[in-house]
Amino acid sequence: MAATQPLLNRRLITDWLGIAPFAIFAIMFLIAPTVYLVSGAFLDPNGNLTLRNLIDLFQPNILAAYVISIKISAASALGGAIIGFAIAAAISLGSLPSWVRSAMLTFCGVASNFAGVPLAFAFLATLGRLGLVTIILRDVFGFNLYATGFNLLSFLGLTLTYMYFQIPLMVLIITPALDGLKREWSEAASILGASPWQYWRMVVIPILWPSVFGTLLLLFANAFGAVATAVALTGSSLNIVPIVLFAQIRGDVLHNPNLGYAVAFGMVVITGISNFIYIWLRMRAERWQK
Amino acid sequence: MTAKKFWSWLAVFVAVVYFILPLAATFEFSLRMRRGTYSFDAYRSVFSDERFASTFSYSVVMALITIAIGALLIVPTAYWVRLRMPYLRPVVEFVTLLPLVVPAIVIIFGYLRLYNSSSWLPLTNTDTGANALLIFGFMTMSLPYMYRAVDTAMRTIDVAVLTEAAESLGASWPTILFKCIFPNVLTGVLSGAFITFAIAVGEYTMPSLLNRPAFGPYLALIGANRAYEPPALAMIAFAMTWISIILINITTRLQKGAAGAR
Repeated sequence: MAATQPLLNRRLITDWLGIAPFAIFAIMFLIAPTVYLVSGAFLDPNGNLTLRNLIDLFQPNILAAYVISIKISAASALGGAIIGFAIAAAISLGSLPSWVRSAMLTFCGVASNFAGVPLAFAFLATLGRLGLVTIILRDVFGFNLYATGFNLLSFLGLTLTYMYFQIPLMVLIITPALDGLKREWSEAASILGASPWQYWRMVVIPILWPSVFGTLLLLFANAFGAVATAVALTGSSLNIVPIVLFAQIRGDVLHNPNLGYAVAFGMVVITGISNFIYIWLRMRAERWQK
Repeated sequence: MTAKKFWSWLAVFVAVVYFILPLAATFEFSLRMRRGTYSFDAYRSVFSDERFASTFSYSVVMALITIAIGALLIVPTAYWVRLRMPYLRPVVEFVTLLPLVVPAIVIIFGYLRLYNSSSWLPLTNTDTGANALLIFGFMTMSLPYMYRAVDTAMRTIDVAVLTEAAESLGASWPTILFKCIFPNVLTGVLSGAFITFAIAVGEYTMPSLLNRPAFGPYLALIGANRAYEPPALAMIAFAMTWISIILINITTRLQKGAAGAR
């Protein structure tokens, strides 16, 4: 026993040495920064434990930012999920020519990555005051979009813009799940006398809901963390969480660094919860895709 | 059956309109610079701006360094975990998924607090240090994609058998790693690399908060000050995204072909 012990240790040491670079990188540039902010959210400027910062998150200004952020993220996730699901169902189950499917999937790959500053430019050129759609609506249909109170720098405008990457993301994630619906299932259901509606309600929806609901949460977190599009589109005129945090990092606009950490902590909590449920649901959903 | 087809075509049609309209509008807008007629003046103006070339090449260089260091970190780690420490796989996978949970703006906020000029490791003090922070930030953001791509490629080869074969022929660790493992997972590295490239080149939040002269902040600056150049830049960015995706598709197809041949 005494003779084997050092040998085992040496092997253990090389094992851990092999993983050390990754561990050091992950701790220094991923875990430590996050832990620093999260713990900072629970400290006052003198370093004492406090819940003051978290309570201060509920002051009207910050609370409003969270509410509008959650509303935009939820609306764009829901809209993206519904439209994305319809498109995925069309290309997966709609017996369309195969080129439609592959063209749509390739395009979705591109569009889901087309975010950030350029996306903001594209929507300004489309629905901005001088955008093509605005002008066509005005000159051809005699409909003045901006007279109705529409503004691209608003809840509706930002939701429409975010949906440009939300829809393709939904299509990309949900199409494999729809492909996983085995033809035998629908045949078996119809042999047993089920109507298409019964087939959907009792077979498809129970199988797909983890994927659909999970993806919905992923889209939500995706929109919630999007900074660049919002900053480029609205400057600092719209009070949403990423913009508040951006301004706070730039110049302590909240006049309390620890409150800034609390805002960051709130973001991590919201994206964290949605992502964890997404990953858990996806593991559930994968049982049916084997 | 015809009703089903009708609804399917309708969904596809709506999608095409929603996807194409902003692109068409952006392209049309980018041509409007010269009054009364369409011209490519905005593109000429973009390409003649020397900040375009300098910020773009800066971002490309940063992205390439990120890819190189990222591959050198991820491939040996994924290899080592598969070979020697399979019990750590869930932990490593969890860590690589964390950047999806923690938004980029929070990560960079943490960097600015931990590595600022008054900290134990004042990386933000020098240009080199700030560039290094930016690269580490890009690596963190691309970690979920890079690790997944490499790990998937590694699944198709038997790491243990390859290692034993190489060892019994007298190969040293660097030889095993660079002559056996790397070439076998190259397609995974490449598809991870293109995603990293697409993320890093256009990224706004991180370089902007680190005050780096990168392409993303330049885009935002132009967007705030010019009228016709931003849509031209958006079209250029869209074309670049398109190229990255096509390259990813080609490499994944190669990967599937290689896996099928084995």
